[in-house]
Amino acid sequence: MIEFLHTISRIIEDLPSVTMTLLGGFGKSIEIFLITLVLSLPLGLVITFGSMSKIKPIKWLFKTFVWIIRGTPLMLQIIVVFYGPGLLWDANALPRLTAVLIAFVINYSAYFSEIYRAGIESIPQGQYEAGQVLGMTKTQVFFKIVLFQVIKRIVPPMGNEIITLVKDTSLARIIAVEEIIMVAQRYISAKALIWPLFYSGAFYLLFCGILTLLFGYIEKKLNYYRG
Amino acid sequence: MAILEIKNLKKSFGKVEVLKDVSFEMNEGEVVSIIGSSGSGKTTFLRCINFLETADSGKIVCDGDVIFDGKSVKKMNAKEIREKQMKFGFVFQQFNLFPQYDVLTNVTLAPKLLAKERPDFKKNKAAIYAEIEAKALDLLSQAGLSDKINNYPCQLSGGQQQRVAIVRALALEPKIMLFDEPTSALDPELTNEVLKIIKFLADDDMTMIIVTHEMQFAKNISDRIVFMDKGVVAETGTPEEIFGNPKTERLQHFLSNTKL
Repeated sequence: MIEFLHTISRIIEDLPSVTMTLLGGFGKSIEIFLITLVLSLPLGLVITFGSMSKIKPIKWLFKTFVWIIRGTPLMLQIIVVFYGPGLLWDANALPRLTAVLIAFVINYSAYFSEIYRAGIESIPQGQYEAGQVLGMTKTQVFFKIVLFQVIKRIVPPMGNEIITLVKDTSLARIIAVEEIIMVAQRYISAKALIWPLFYSGAFYLLFCGILTLLFGYIEKKLNYYRG
Repeated sequence: MAILEIKNLKKSFGKVEVLKDVSFEMNEGEVVSIIGSSGSGKTTFLRCINFLETADSGKIVCDGDVIFDGKSVKKMNAKEIREKQMKFGFVFQQFNLFPQYDVLTNVTLAPKLLAKERPDFKKNKAAIYAEIEAKALDLLSQAGLSDKINNYPCQLSGGQQQRVAIVRALALEPKIMLFDEPTSALDPELTNEVLKIIKFLADDDMTMIIVTHEMQFAKNISDRIVFMDKGVVAETGTPEEIFGNPKTERLQHFLSNTKL
């Protein structure tokens, strides 16, 4: 009992400094998260258009790309981006964070593109035809009519995928990018403390909670119409 | 002179020949109803007229312009097709209103986008938009929808939605209105409010082609009736001729199976 209280009091004692250190690591996690999100959201749309192209070779090129990216682990993709160029062309290795970001952006664009495609294909043909007979161009039909309806429909799956991205940032430690898990793990070897690793979960949990609320809010905002 | 002249129109989907050599002519201000059983090619015919489908061969002349010629090798680009489509207003069976926009925006969206192509748009944007909105409001009030302008389509009945769809098409001032079974998706009690508007347009000398299953309505409103069967115009004539004295066996058979 006394031992237990002793442990607790040590944890409380260390809590402020551990929190600050983990927060530093989580800052890196959030950085990976935000940059990946900002770049892969639009890139995903480009891949969607590619994989929905009427030109067969383009369509199959993009489909194969999506197959490879979705068919292999993200961890492996990070390793390939980081070590691949050096092994293949004797090139200088990319900065670690850059390698992670490239792998993440490519990976998440592929996943987003499939969500977009599902959304776009769920819009009834009549919406396109209505736009067309009213003299709208294809671009206008897409941006003025279809896109908004697609966004409404894909909010739930996108929320899912974006929350997964938060936690996937932990994979960056495979090439020693100092995100929160890596920082927390260091306490094991340096100070023989394992609780900071468990504690790191709270950071993810809090952040994902905020995202969940945000997506709930967006969903509610878009619910002003049915259809 | 005929405002719309269609010669030898043909259209197949894969191996199925949906239109086999359809010819048709109509004058300005005329109201023509197309009747016939499902699968007779009525809807495809209507969709070929304004390029929702592209016919395989034949010729369409509208208001003196050759808008389609199956013989000419030149493929029309999107812009040309768009210009030609603008001669027609199209009303769908399923309304196809834009669910995210309110009634007024549904009507003004396309005219406002088109206005951007006007050379004086930048200078007179506010005035042009005000004019478009005033016109939309006027049309909506004529359709009895003044109190619905800020409602979303999902808040309207089917009949109200279809009336909005008709106003939306009219707002672009088409030469010819095409109706593709405008009341088929409606409950019987909502059908009349839509038919009343079409009747109002007919009295206003709007040129219209109406594909319909409402025989009584077709009889009352039309100057001429076209009976299509298996991809051809099987019989055509005034409502009195078609309903009172059907000549072909196919039409007799069709009418005997249809409630007037």
